[in-house]
Amino acid sequence: MSVYFTEDHEWVSVDGDIGTIGISAYAAKALGDVVFVELPDVGAEFDKGDEAAVVELVKAASEVYAPIAGEVTEVNGALEDEPAKVNEDPSGAGWFMKIKVADKDELDGLMNADAYKTYCDGL
Amino acid sequence: MTQLKKTALHQFHVDSGAKMVEFAGYDMPVQYPMGVMGEHLHTREKAGLFDVSHMGQCFIAADDGTFETAAKALEKLVPASIQDLEPGQQRYSQLLNKDGGILDDLMISRLGLKGHTHQLYLVVNAGCKVADYKHIKKHLPKGVNLSIKDDTLSLIALQGPRASDVLGCLNEAVEDLVFMTHTDLQLAGTLDEPLYAHISRSGYTGEDGYEISAKHDDMIRLVEHLMTYDDVEIIGLGARDSLRMEAGLCLYGHDIDTTTNPIEAGLIWSIQKHRREGGDYLGAKAVEETIKNKPKRKLVGILPEGRAPAREHTEIQDMDGKTIGEITSGGFGPTVGGPVAMGYVSRKFSKAGTPVQLIVRGKARPASVVKMPFAPHQYYRG
Repeated sequence: MSVYFTEDHEWVSVDGDIGTIGISAYAAKALGDVVFVELPDVGAEFDKGDEAAVVELVKAASEVYAPIAGEVTEVNGALEDEPAKVNEDPSGAGWFMKIKVADKDELDGLMNADAYKTYCDGL
Repeated sequence: MTQLKKTALHQFHVDSGAKMVEFAGYDMPVQYPMGVMGEHLHTREKAGLFDVSHMGQCFIAADDGTFETAAKALEKLVPASIQDLEPGQQRYSQLLNKDGGILDDLMISRLGLKGHTHQLYLVVNAGCKVADYKHIKKHLPKGVNLSIKDDTLSLIALQGPRASDVLGCLNEAVEDLVFMTHTDLQLAGTLDEPLYAHISRSGYTGEDGYEISAKHDDMIRLVEHLMTYDDVEIIGLGARDSLRMEAGLCLYGHDIDTTTNPIEAGLIWSIQKHRREGGDYLGAKAVEETIKNKPKRKLVGILPEGRAPAREHTEIQDMDGKTIGEITSGGFGPTVGGPVAMGYVSRKFSKAGTPVQLIVRGKARPASVVKMPFAPHQYYRG
């Protein structure tokens, strides 16, 4: 199972037709303490680049964009009570949502882990 | 692009790993590696050190050398009582326009040191200070002068329950100051070389603590020294904002501005009784009318249910979906452990306990009007 990254610091890992989406460790660190995550409703459909979730910090809010198109099949309800999971384990327990991937070809436009690391080092 | 101004502590912030942002024309630290949440909680638990040198510091004194002349002149511009200030006493007030709108809020102190008690010392907001100085100069009578000290004096705040113990190591006299008093003294103690500072027991976080004014070079030395104490951490503007919001304190340009008057903003406590009727200051008529007829809207505390913060400009509705006001400050309160907000609502919805709804990203979320502060004030009153 491969993980792909966007320039906006979202990640998506794909297993069969299902993609799991979250924000990268780089983003979690840069944003600071997450106090609330606004997650979409199950059944919501996104195009690539649509606003899919909102991360609330003490002082500000930050949008999370859909890395690829799809329909939301599940959201991480645990974030409601423990938004800090996003900071503690952004690529694991801090996942945001699962989607039914609409078009796997869209993954080609994303970065793999190595490319993303190089991208972050250059920021 | 205009070059951003820097405080004397700018390099210190950069060296401390601060994230710098533009604020009121200055390049200021918004947060340090500890993060807003950690900085906020550290201030409530121990002591936070804030650079507030971007704020304006100025003095008013009369040529005739009397306090009375200077105080009378300033009373024409602010609703607070100035003439009855004792040496070393400090008051919070507002500069008003002729309609009672708030041009700025400020701290006014009568100096306490013998030979200086005829002088008034003012601290005004960074974003307003140029306009404030112009306004004050325009309205001061001949023979009363404003002297601006932004180029020579730095200003810091040391806030939190350990502030008194820490600063007491440099001069134990600071431990006896009570909230809203002010003194000039020498700090020495554990410092290598002594320095002189104006010190007031005040701040804008709801905590016990001090604001300290000193010459730029002395301040750099003082800050570096204070940072050697385990209890002290440097804190950015991000946590300063969440702290003052939990303390229910108004922020200029957000909760108060030229379109709001002190009565709507719940600041009647800052207008001493004998100035509430027949007051002779700019805006007095409008303020008195608002007192008499009661304000149409009031600034209230809003506690959202759940965890979603409601930010500034969020619409406030009654339970029938009718717009009744707007959030003016809102975010997450680390001490409260949840979202907190302030905003204006029509007076009939201003009673604590009134249920309201907040429109956050198009969704109505339940909230209620509550008494402020959200976190109890810890001022030292002796």
